[in-house]
Amino acid sequence: METTIAPVNAKNPDFKNIPGWGIDADPKNDPTYPMKDRTDAEQTGYSWERPAQQPVNIEVLHSNERPNVSAVFGTASPPSGLSGQIRRYAFQYSESKFRHWLPLIVADRVNVVEGIVEDIRNGKIPNFFAEKGYKAMWKHNPKGLATNIAITVGVATLAYLWLSGGRNRSRD
Amino acid sequence: MLAMNYRGPQRVRIDHKPMPEILHPEDAIVRVTRSCICGSDLHLYNGNVPDTRVGTTFGHEFVGIVEEVGPEVHNVKVGDHVLVPFNIACGRCHFCQQGLYGNCHESNPEATAVGGIFGYSHTAGGYHGGQAEYVRVPYANFGPTVIPEGMDLDDAVMLTDVVPTAYQAAEMGGIQPGDTVVVFGAGPVGIMAARCSWLFGAGRVIIIDHVEYRLEFAKNYAHCEAYNFKEMDDVVLFLKKETDWMGADVVIDAVGAEAAGDAMQTITGRKMLLQAGSATALHWAINSVKKGGIVSIVGVYGPTGNLIPIGNVVNKGLTIRANQASVKKHLPRLIEHIQNGILNPKGLITHRVPLEEISDAYRIFSDKLDNCIKPVLIPPRAA
Repeated sequence: METTIAPVNAKNPDFKNIPGWGIDADPKNDPTYPMKDRTDAEQTGYSWERPAQQPVNIEVLHSNERPNVSAVFGTASPPSGLSGQIRRYAFQYSESKFRHWLPLIVADRVNVVEGIVEDIRNGKIPNFFAEKGYKAMWKHNPKGLATNIAITVGVATLAYLWLSGGRNRSRD
Repeated sequence: MLAMNYRGPQRVRIDHKPMPEILHPEDAIVRVTRSCICGSDLHLYNGNVPDTRVGTTFGHEFVGIVEEVGPEVHNVKVGDHVLVPFNIACGRCHFCQQGLYGNCHESNPEATAVGGIFGYSHTAGGYHGGQAEYVRVPYANFGPTVIPEGMDLDDAVMLTDVVPTAYQAAEMGGIQPGDTVVVFGAGPVGIMAARCSWLFGAGRVIIIDHVEYRLEFAKNYAHCEAYNFKEMDDVVLFLKKETDWMGADVVIDAVGAEAAGDAMQTITGRKMLLQAGSATALHWAINSVKKGGIVSIVGVYGPTGNLIPIGNVVNKGLTIRANQASVKKHLPRLIEHIQNGILNPKGLITHRVPLEEISDAYRIFSDKLDNCIKPVLIPPRAA
């Protein structure tokens, strides 16, 4: 007579009663994790003794795939301004969503403009030539530098012509 | 203190920034004596990693002298010269207990896939990195390792990422004696992975890149065959022919998100960021490994989706292994190899640049100028 086995789930984790459970298990047959030390305490969930929590005295955006802020975290650049608002929106979505990652990329671009404004506000005019390492490029690849500059000037000119043409059209 | 300051894609500079502080009882402050620019820093530099915020300092490869410790730090003391693994790992969470230090769950609130990494965007925890005079090092009881007496600092700094990553790439390949190993990418990690493949018993090692001086370097340094894919019509076909029409036993992707060589991948992955970077090297790896073979991935990709030939993975019965290196786990063996003269990591270093000239250093490394393989940054107070 066939034994009735209750379905195994979180409330009934008694999988060892399933006929044949572990019959072909071989602890040595674990070729796919050479970087991993197997322990006898696998799948114990969120049960380790957590390190002390670093005081959360700045805004820390945390993944919604975890219940908390990790015990330590970086404080490099807390979210601020418009880019910060976009980042806050992104963190409403899990790491499996483009709605998480694409807004973060957009926020990064907005943040670049904010950085230029911040520099100017602090009385610092960004030195694009130096920041882009063009001195080294001039020394080792002058042709590449000339091409870069020509492309930048070309794109800027086209953008200017397009925008000024737009204004003329609107006057017509 | 002086520190690198990211201002936007391909724009970095050196600035005065506030000194780092102890923010957690297990923190240490380290005065940097050497730091490197890593190939994966270039993904940040080019603006390809989401949540790379203006104002942050990059740098996950560094060594330095402990200047200050928090009240709960017992394993290192002020004055110790330490090498600091790029992973920030607590050493006690579920993943650290299994040796997966690159996947620590107590060092990165912003993402669950990866643990904290120094100076590697907020997606990796929002930490300032070591391209600076001083850096905050969390979990100082676990990560920092006192540099063995007599070890060259240039060797030590390469143990923070390059060598363990390359070694793990070869290890994950499950290389068996006599195996043919193909490595895509002749950057520092690819070259070292080719070198390490011999340690696991490879019978033939082939490296593929498109920059001639890097191939020449790889040939001499890693004693391997080196080929330029720009000189081939079809790199996969070339490798099939080279391996008696079977494919390689093991293929290592040491390239990641900014692979060249495929227009569609370049446009969608590198320029438009609609994929987690260009998956060209990964395509080639999957298609040039033999059926039943192993693809080992240490090249860094972004977090969004990738168009990869998963059908070929299924049909060929491939095993794919991938991870950030768990540095701390490999250190004892790798220190032994360096001390015994088996490995010579400092041989990869071609450029020594003052920290103050970081903008130029990034440009030289990024554009592969001046025959650059690996640049090391020297802070003014390094001595």
